[in-house]
Amino acid sequence: MTALRPALRRVWGLMYRHIALYRHSWPRLVELAYWPTLQTLIWGFTASFFASRIGIGSVANASATALGVLLGGVLLWEVALRSQMGMAISFLEEIWSRNLGHVFVSPLRPSELVAALIGMSIIRMVVGLAPAVLLAWLLYAFNLFALGPVLMLFVANLMVMGWWVALGVVSLLLRHGAGAESLAWSVLFGLTPFSAVFYPISALPEALRPIALILPSAHVFEGMRAAIATGGIAWGELGWAVGLNLVWLVLGAALFTRQFRVARERGALLSIGE
Amino acid sequence: MSVIEVSGLSKRYGQTLAVDDISFDVPRGQTVGLLGGNGAGKTTTIAMLLGLLIPTSGRISILGHDMARDRFSALARMNFSSPYVALPHRLTVAENLRVYGHLYDVPRIDRRIAELADELDLHALLGRPAGELSAGQKTRVALAKSLINRPELLLLDEPTASLDPDTGDLVRGWLERYRAESGCTVLLASHNMAEVERLCSDILVMKRGRIVDRGTPEELLARYRRDDLEEVFLDIARDRTAEAVS
Repeated sequence: MTALRPALRRVWGLMYRHIALYRHSWPRLVELAYWPTLQTLIWGFTASFFASRIGIGSVANASATALGVLLGGVLLWEVALRSQMGMAISFLEEIWSRNLGHVFVSPLRPSELVAALIGMSIIRMVVGLAPAVLLAWLLYAFNLFALGPVLMLFVANLMVMGWWVALGVVSLLLRHGAGAESLAWSVLFGLTPFSAVFYPISALPEALRPIALILPSAHVFEGMRAAIATGGIAWGELGWAVGLNLVWLVLGAALFTRQFRVARERGALLSIGE
Repeated sequence: MSVIEVSGLSKRYGQTLAVDDISFDVPRGQTVGLLGGNGAGKTTTIAMLLGLLIPTSGRISILGHDMARDRFSALARMNFSSPYVALPHRLTVAENLRVYGHLYDVPRIDRRIAELADELDLHALLGRPAGELSAGQKTRVALAKSLINRPELLLLDEPTASLDPDTGDLVRGWLERYRAESGCTVLLASHNMAEVERLCSDILVMKRGRIVDRGTPEELLARYRRDDLEEVFLDIARDRTAEAVS
């Protein structure tokens, strides 16, 4: 307990630094919610348009399901995206402000740095997604929470996926400095086609399915579609998502630990912003 | 007892030997200067003392903690200031100090910030964004950050660089008082010979990664038969040894 309290204070100290930054920068706050809201509007209107063209009888139920699958996919994929960006961009903020030299000579452990980045990722994800979830309900009568308690399992898995991808991005930033910063925005978008966000894994060409199957997100979205279509919980898919996340998280943590040490050997912590 | 004990310390980057087998110690309560031209190895040495850089070989012990195995215990009891490392610009001075108060687990942070504001005349700056301060104000804030945890060891990398003579003198005067009152040990890297002469009781001179001389300012001046340290610095930089000069 005696070691835990200072550790928690250090984690809070770094989180406080980012929260204070957002208090002083409304463009940063707007940016958090901008893309999730825009994505929800675009996909929501698109799905509503197609639903209105074909919506009669049993086809109406199918189009409502399609709307749910599309909007559910958009919102849940944003959970992974925002979690990954929240963590990676918070680290980038330290690089941009040339503050890492002070942070890394404080008693803050690398594990506490990661904990603070995860804390900020959760805050950024919640703040960024809340308006989009509200809009989906107001404009399209799509209630994400109607998925029930299983929603929390979906969200948790996608957040964890965002974190291990972000650990990879932070590792690359430690290796290549700010030159790798575009990865903070783009890397998870590259996994979108294989994550089966809007279509089942079986829709992918056979050669690409193994890539989808090693991604937790593909299993989460299979589970989401099952929940929307049948109201049931696909425990098998969730089990795969949890197991894969654990494996990837361990690999991400190992990569970060190794890259942090390499950065200390190469002197990269002194010139990371260059 | 020495606060810093360094033995056989080297750092190699590929073919370049930035620090070459140096050994030194810094006794408690002293202000020791680290002198040397560009590329002498001062910054590399300080980075290794701070744990930012892993040595290729050698051993560093700070406040009794082996930096290879227990650097966080040492880091909690020391601090660092450099004009080349910034504080987040958008945060106010008070917010910046609060961040570091948390990172260093400082009890009653706001009271500590008020004390530092008294000592360094920061009250008018506490609510201002760090990015809007002048160079002199930033230096005072950086010093406040480096003192937030009442460090037993303070590493200063060119603390008065880019300051006008008046502000530089104020900072030097304040550092003298602080060291005398707190008993803090200071390792000061500087290119400002007058500053080193005024503040330091002992000077380590580095060149090409090695410690090439050591002594009090008076001893160095006598050894090189010079009137000020700037001339000593030039003698060493231009390979005029103490023997050759005498």
